[in-house]
Amino acid sequence: MFRWFRAPATETQITHGQRLWLYVFAVITMVLLVTPTLIVVPMSFSDSQYLEFPPETWSTRWYGHYFGSPEWMQATRTSFKAAFLTMLVATPIGVLAAYGLHCSKVRFIRAAFVLMITPMMVPVVLVAIGAFYAYVQLKILYTLTGLVLAHTVLALPLVVIVTGSALKSYDMSQEEAARSLGAPRWKAFLTVTLPQIRFAVVTSALLAFLTSFDEVVVAMFVSGGDNPTLTRNMFNALRDQIDPTIASISTIMILVTTGMMVLAQVFGQQKEPTKPKD
Amino acid sequence: MQAVRINEAGLARDEWFERLKLFGLGSPAMLLILIILVVPVGWLFYVSFIGADGTFSLENYERMLKRKSYARIFQTTFEVSFLTTGLCILIGYPLAYFISGLPNRIANLCLITVLLPFWTSLLVRTYAWLVLLQKRGLVNEWAMSLGLWDEPIKIVHNMTGTLIGMVHIMLPFLILPVYGAMRAIDRDLMKAASNLGASPRRAFWTVFFPLTLPGLFAGSLMVFILCLGFFVTPAVLGGGKVIMVSMKIVSNIELFVNWGAASALGVVLLVATVAILWVASRFLNLERMTGGGH
Repeated sequence: MFRWFRAPATETQITHGQRLWLYVFAVITMVLLVTPTLIVVPMSFSDSQYLEFPPETWSTRWYGHYFGSPEWMQATRTSFKAAFLTMLVATPIGVLAAYGLHCSKVRFIRAAFVLMITPMMVPVVLVAIGAFYAYVQLKILYTLTGLVLAHTVLALPLVVIVTGSALKSYDMSQEEAARSLGAPRWKAFLTVTLPQIRFAVVTSALLAFLTSFDEVVVAMFVSGGDNPTLTRNMFNALRDQIDPTIASISTIMILVTTGMMVLAQVFGQQKEPTKPKD
Repeated sequence: MQAVRINEAGLARDEWFERLKLFGLGSPAMLLILIILVVPVGWLFYVSFIGADGTFSLENYERMLKRKSYARIFQTTFEVSFLTTGLCILIGYPLAYFISGLPNRIANLCLITVLLPFWTSLLVRTYAWLVLLQKRGLVNEWAMSLGLWDEPIKIVHNMTGTLIGMVHIMLPFLILPVYGAMRAIDRDLMKAASNLGASPRRAFWTVFFPLTLPGLFAGSLMVFILCLGFFVTPAVLGGGKVIMVSMKIVSNIELFVNWGAASALGVVLLVATVAILWVASRFLNLERMTGGGH
């Protein structure tokens, strides 16, 4: 143990002992990053109104409360529907756009790219009130369609960036070879390019799903009436009081996100698309 | 010769068509962004210049300059953004440095602690802090049992709570680019520096640190911009005492149905964001920042 303290830790021969503060600091930070979220899970099984930790008496009453409430169930259905539809809309049009931007060499391509990532740069409150106004005119306020379209706009930059960066490391001459052998462009794309960038596409799809599922501000404005989302109801409940039901919902949301993250790891960490080293 | 030239012109035209066709693949996405985002935001610009009597006026902007409450909102917004960014740098940089020096497998494990909150719903994380920091919450109880303070103190529904929540939410945005920059550094440079007689501290500050600056700059910029327009966390953890621009925009519409005032605030927020991004883009490659350069 003592030897370890005096052993060099870096290229500059600084010892572990001298860097001890860094280790302590880093471990504390990592614990603080993870635990606040995870601590909600055991707390949600507490019987008390005040969400003790560790719970004195365990119960699933807050889960019962959640699953027994028609409003929460309706909101959950809306959120899942919106997230699923957002994924189905944003992924194909985002992938198409990324492909188009990647291959087309027209002069205004930079402007197009900037337009594609504006939803990331414009403060989300503005997107929300802008969409709210537009939906009043288009008469799609408080509809699932409107919600999905707005969430699609928010998800598009992620799809374009993730798919676009996969295309950058993909060797386009493979597709050119297919086309010079007589395949039409769409066929070359579907049978040669797409299978090789599929991990990026799957990752984009999951990101699109989560973008919609977790979104609060836009949902606050354009979802409502019969179609409020889960996050909208949660946010409203949070403003009033600390309702322990939210802890059980949070736990379920953590499960959904973790599931998505595992999926992304499984599909996203496969081998990179091929490109010869230049 | 003539035939070749005609052929050439034809080929050029074909190529141009082909490019345009490819560009057209992006049209559904671009149209959607135009209709749902660009046009409505443009309309907000217009509305911000319309006064209560329906004619052109600057009253929405004048109000911002005249009223003290608006000055306070802008001050709070910048204060929260600066403090959050600063704290994120102070906490995130050492952590990124620590992880970047670890062997690959352990580093990836440690990175999960950064990625897990990154993926978890913002609302869930904000809620978790609300529960932890409340008067009878875990933090107060543990601090009291450890003897740090005697009676429950107020750490939520104020600036402290807001900052704790914001820093927790923003940290991954800072750590990931800084970590990326650190991993890209050739550690032999540090060896060379100490070989040439630099003390570890000097080697760090004159060799390592400057090389991490682009990452640090990109991360801080990202955090700052996100903070400027943040809504959920200050709204929940601030308890009405920390009012940021985005919250004022929402209350202007939800409570007062004053589109002019809300739009003018929105325009100021957007202009500030774009100005910061524009200035930053002169110093660093924003496309790399958005992940395009991986």
